[in-house]
Amino acid sequence: MLGYVIRRILMLVPVFFAVSVVIFSMIHMLPGDPIENLLRVGSSPAQREALTAKYGLDRPLVEQYLLWMGNVLTGDLGTAIVQRRPVAQLVAQALPYSLTLGGLALCFSTVLGVVVGTIAASWRGSWLDQGLMGGVLFGSMLPNFWIGLLMILVFSVSLGWTPVSGARGWESLVLPVLTIGLGGTALVARVTRIAMIDTQGKDFVLLLHAKGVHPLTIQVRHVLRHALIPVVTILALRIGWILGGAVTVEVVFARPGLGSLLIKSLNQHDYPVVQASLLILAMAVMLGTLMGDLLQAAMDPRFRDSLT
Amino acid sequence: MLLDVRDLSLRIGTVGLLDGLSFSVDRGEVLGLVGESGSGKSLTALALTGLAARMGATITAGSVVFDGTDLVGLKESAYRRLRGKRIGFITQNPMSALDALVTIGDQVDQVSRLHLGLSKRAARAHTVEILSRLRIPEAEVVARAYPHNLSGGMKQRVVIAMALAADPDLIIADEPTTALDVTVQAQIVMMLADLVRKRDLGLILITHDMSVVAQICDKVCVLYAGRVAESGPVRQIFAAPRHPYTEALIGCIPRDGMAPGSLRGIPGTVAAVSQYGADCCRFAPRCGRADARCRTQQPLPVVTGTGGMLACHHPVDSPVKEAADADAR
Ligand SMILES: Nc1ncnc2c1ncn2[C@@H]1O[C@H](COP(=O)(O)OP(=O)(O)OP(=O)(O)O)[C@@H](O)[C@H]1O
Ligand SMILES: [Mg+2]
Repeated sequence: MLGYVIRRILMLVPVFFAVSVVIFSMIHMLPGDPIENLLRVGSSPAQREALTAKYGLDRPLVEQYLLWMGNVLTGDLGTAIVQRRPVAQLVAQALPYSLTLGGLALCFSTVLGVVVGTIAASWRGSWLDQGLMGGVLFGSMLPNFWIGLLMILVFSVSLGWTPVSGARGWESLVLPVLTIGLGGTALVARVTRIAMIDTQGKDFVLLLHAKGVHPLTIQVRHVLRHALIPVVTILALRIGWILGGAVTVEVVFARPGLGSLLIKSLNQHDYPVVQASLLILAMAVMLGTLMGDLLQAAMDPRFRDSLT
Repeated sequence: MLLDVRDLSLRIGTVGLLDGLSFSVDRGEVLGLVGESGSGKSLTALALTGLAARMGATITAGSVVFDGTDLVGLKESAYRRLRGKRIGFITQNPMSALDALVTIGDQVDQVSRLHLGLSKRAARAHTVEILSRLRIPEAEVVARAYPHNLSGGMKQRVVIAMALAADPDLIIADEPTTALDVTVQAQIVMMLADLVRKRDLGLILITHDMSVVAQICDKVCVLYAGRVAESGPVRQIFAAPRHPYTEALIGCIPRDGMAPGSLRGIPGTVAAVSQYGADCCRFAPRCGRADARCRTQQPLPVVTGTGGMLACHHPVDSPVKEAADADAR
């Protein structure tokens, strides 16, 4: 098992480098550069050249990449060109907000989705099933910013229960978490429901009934346990997406976070910040996948044994 | 009588899949329930254990009297207390009958914890004891293993162990040996027969293997397309089968000294359930003795001299037919 984990982590190393090359070249191929954002109107070409040279942007791309990678590997993410602060500081400021929001939203959509999916599968075909699944599907089809705005109108403006925007206190988290979480709920609910219905028809479930086990115990302790395996796999894939994909919600609720940092830096062509944020998101996706596999190994003895 | 089934009929949707089944088992007795694939053996087992409703089936008539109580219409919660505790059900397909994510021990423990109220530790001791009694080597180790670590024969024993865990009065075993290789088959069958004698319990053995019936059953009930064709004591049925279908089934058993290739199959196939006729003998299209009456009138089961049943207009030993045959010759 430990061998498997080590092997999986080692396999991430080449992926990490490949991803970093892609990120680096994509950003440098985009039209525009950060120097334009630094120059005052009427600056001379000489001033421009001096600034370009100062940030090393006049050197060949390969050299720039190697320099950047070398620094990243020693833990130095560089300094933001436009925002003029260490990238590590900017990221360290934004990341906790994203992690809290993303983590809570993930928990929310998982718990609600699994509960809804389990109820829907247990009363398959009934009005309860159709109502619940229709409800979450409808909720997931509405655009994030729209739900966000609607919730602000209802809960903040009309009822005054939660702050309209900002990131102070837990109250300010409620609406963003609900907004992002609702989107994932439908996916989790659908996967849970389908996997449970599939499992319910298996031979071992009939034997459990034949043993006189209570149907509720069968659903929760046996059928759901099988259904959670695909659910976990899918959730693991969503971790990176949830961290970086919260941009619209961050904008609507005026919250800091990795998403808004990324958008802001992209607009300013602030290379070091964009590169660092994207690299962190890519690593989150990779670690998410790894975690998904490890969880699967923890949940499924057949998978565990197939590893050794 | 431990279990007395009378006129049991069951349908799924509009299709009547079981039609007026009657049979009985007593303690210390093995009843063989035989018939071709699709004849309704598994459905019968599900009906007896109150699980048919899960398949969308409804019992439309008849009674299932178990130890003095009619189980038809019994509340689900009451039925659940019988299942696993007083009626052990060994379901078809041992290969896929175990929960792949739960250890063998936990799955067997479940029964005794649920029905006997044993503690975790006591249940495990009980499980290990039953597993060893079923001749599973290193039962403690097996209890900690997962289903995919076990061979087919082992899994089948584990399923049997679950059926035995709460010391039931009746065991229903649905083709407990089909998936296993021949040597293991024989072991399992003998093991079941042994349990019946030792524990004085009733066993309904579902199989389509007539040689297994000959080996361990006391009584046999032959199903054809959801109806009883013939039933009675094994010795008598094998010595003198009266239903042409039973005769053909027995003719299918390979015997010592038989010329290779002389094994007789039964020509034709069972009608699809949707084609089940009501006013006819369903075996008529495949029967050499069938006449116009067989195609227009259902042969009702009559009680025979040996306490069995027979549903045939022209039984094998019927003098009328023999005479007619002789005339034809
Ligand atoms: N849920 C269902 N819906 C419709 N028809 C069904 C259903 N379950 C079983 N049947 C039909 O009922 C008939 C009897 O099925 P059953 O499983 O009892 O047969 P069996 O005698 O056990 O056969 P086998 O030897 O293959 O196990 C079959 O023709 C089958 O197609
Ligand atoms: Mg069957």
